[in-house]
Amino acid sequence: MKLYDSAELAVRNLRESVLRNSLTTIGISVGVASLVAMLSLGIGLQQMAGRRLQKSGLFDTVIVTSRRDLRSYNREQEENGPSPAESPVLDEGARQKIAQLPNVLEAYPDIRFITELRFEDKPHLSTVAGLPSSARNHDAFDGMQGKFFSSENAPEAILQKAFAEELLNQRPKRGADEVGVAGLAGPLLGKELIMQYAERTASPAPSDGVDNSAAYSVVSHELKLTVVGIADLDPESMRGASRARVFVPLQLAEGLHVMQPNDLRGTTRNAEGTSAYGAVSARVKKPNDIQPVEDAVKRMGFNAFSIIDATNSVKQFFNVLDIFLLIFGSLALTVSSIGIVNTLVMAVLERRREIGIMKALGASDSDVKGLFFAEAGAMGVVGGVLGIALGWLIGQVINLGTNIYLRRQHFSPEQIWSVPWWLVLLAIVFSILLSLLSGLYPASRAAKLDPVQALRYE
Amino acid sequence: MREDNASLNRPAAIHIESLSRHYQMGEALIRALDGISLQIRGGEFVALLGTSGSGKSSLLNLVAGLDRPTSGSVVVEGRDLAELSREDLAKHRLHTVGMVFQSFNLIPSMNLMENVELPMRFAEVDRSKREGMVRKSLERVGLGARVHHRPTELSGGEQQRASLARALINQPRLLLADEPTGNLDSRTGTEIMNFIREFNETLGMTVVMVTHERALAERYAKRMIFLADGKLIDDQPNRGPVHPGGGL
Repeated sequence: MKLYDSAELAVRNLRESVLRNSLTTIGISVGVASLVAMLSLGIGLQQMAGRRLQKSGLFDTVIVTSRRDLRSYNREQEENGPSPAESPVLDEGARQKIAQLPNVLEAYPDIRFITELRFEDKPHLSTVAGLPSSARNHDAFDGMQGKFFSSENAPEAILQKAFAEELLNQRPKRGADEVGVAGLAGPLLGKELIMQYAERTASPAPSDGVDNSAAYSVVSHELKLTVVGIADLDPESMRGASRARVFVPLQLAEGLHVMQPNDLRGTTRNAEGTSAYGAVSARVKKPNDIQPVEDAVKRMGFNAFSIIDATNSVKQFFNVLDIFLLIFGSLALTVSSIGIVNTLVMAVLERRREIGIMKALGASDSDVKGLFFAEAGAMGVVGGVLGIALGWLIGQVINLGTNIYLRRQHFSPEQIWSVPWWLVLLAIVFSILLSLLSGLYPASRAAKLDPVQALRYE
Repeated sequence: MREDNASLNRPAAIHIESLSRHYQMGEALIRALDGISLQIRGGEFVALLGTSGSGKSSLLNLVAGLDRPTSGSVVVEGRDLAELSREDLAKHRLHTVGMVFQSFNLIPSMNLMENVELPMRFAEVDRSKREGMVRKSLERVGLGARVHHRPTELSGGEQQRASLARALINQPRLLLADEPTGNLDSRTGTEIMNFIREFNETLGMTVVMVTHERALAERYAKRMIFLADGKLIDDQPNRGPVHPGGGL
């Protein structure tokens, strides 16, 4: 019998016992829905984590440090390549070279310094860091109160929540509820913060006959900064102890020529008085570009650091999570496949005589088998499609519920649910395969029926 | 064994040799057929007669290829059915044999069109040709106006006519009828028997009909084979008067 004949007869037979077959099909769709729901949740969470990590800037940034800086992030690297003393200086020229590497979006110097900031005549110490305008999309600024810098040179500051609490003397007590960023923003936004800093200015070299000597003066200055934003999250959590709590526009920070710790070390080679950078952050197009950029930077004689290895652990975690979700989702599908077996075995019993007639009319074993397979497959297709729709609906409801909760908690909405097209395809294929597998026993039972016995059956 | 003169020159359509079919029922061995040998020539109209349990339906099932013998052989058109695979037996039922049953055996969930079309689906007949052939076949048995009716909406006679149309749809050379009038009144029974005789005479089909009614056999069959307790007890040409269109 041809496939379309089997399919046509199967659909006709399914329509005959519409209630029972519909219930079985709904069983399959619930199974598929649970599988789709579980996997979509896993995938959604993985994508959300991926988005978060990408926005956090941790996974698309290579931090380049000079080998001369012995405090560099990854000391192991120093065993290869030039020795620290022979390694190149990380200056503006080097930054431009790094910026021109393939797949590097931008390379900006890491300007940071510890300084005193006065707020309402009270001094506070903090690390101040320059932020490039690309950091505007940074995850850490998602829940920020206020706004980002109005320009690259604006004398404006964004404060990290902990520093804002310090300024207002509102450090949360252990166990007490945390003060929201909104609560801190009110008294701080638009207020002035006076930053003291030490500017390094080049001086004429003393004529003592020593070549390559450098001379510069350090002049103390003050700069009035307007507080424009309070950020909830810590944008520099990866930097540990050196993380900044006050941020100013990068160009502004550069223009201040603040004395950097490495200026002293670079003195002997940096006669022209141009500043060497402590670190340069190279932002790459996508996380996969990290490794080649890191390698290129290392070939240039610098140290490179990224936490790309951490993504592998994250991936591994989500793979394990997906496997667990797959197992739980499959349980429901297994139960529904037992439903198919039950329905088809019942159908074989009920249609014994019909099977006998078909055999008497010339149906072969494979025709009968094909008919029951087609019925199982049809239930699988319909169940699969319904299941995907149901799974998608469940996902939408959970997304909606989660986002209502997140909004109430003053968090930005998240897409924790994702049904990619390959999952849709996989679910349908899986559902059909499982249905066919479930149809295997009833179909072979039907095919083996003795037509003489079956025709006697009333 | 005596032979009908009219079919003497035709090749044997069915050649049965020492055929036995035994069933084990608990500890008892049922000898449904016990060493039967006979030949049926192409185009013959043979009636298998006997009481219930005489083995006539068992013999019909073996000739149809629905069952396999315990021993002996059933050769239909040169092929020993005992030697055929399940798949080849199905082909034999599909192309060589048309069957009509006492209880009509139409599939109740299908209308007449679908019922008659069913053997064509198994034979993989081109879809575009099917509808015309089914209509023609149903018109031949006078059911041209009932193609979309389900069996339950028809009388017994109409159902048996539909079943005849279905048996002939793949143009088989052998028509096997198991008590075809058993569930019909005498007028409808005559109608059905006239159709069967017409197929035998006009299409040259070999007809083997199981019946326990001697009168019916005498009116329509050209040869009568008597079975009792699984054994062939008599085989005679029908020399009695044949009454075309006569009652049962």
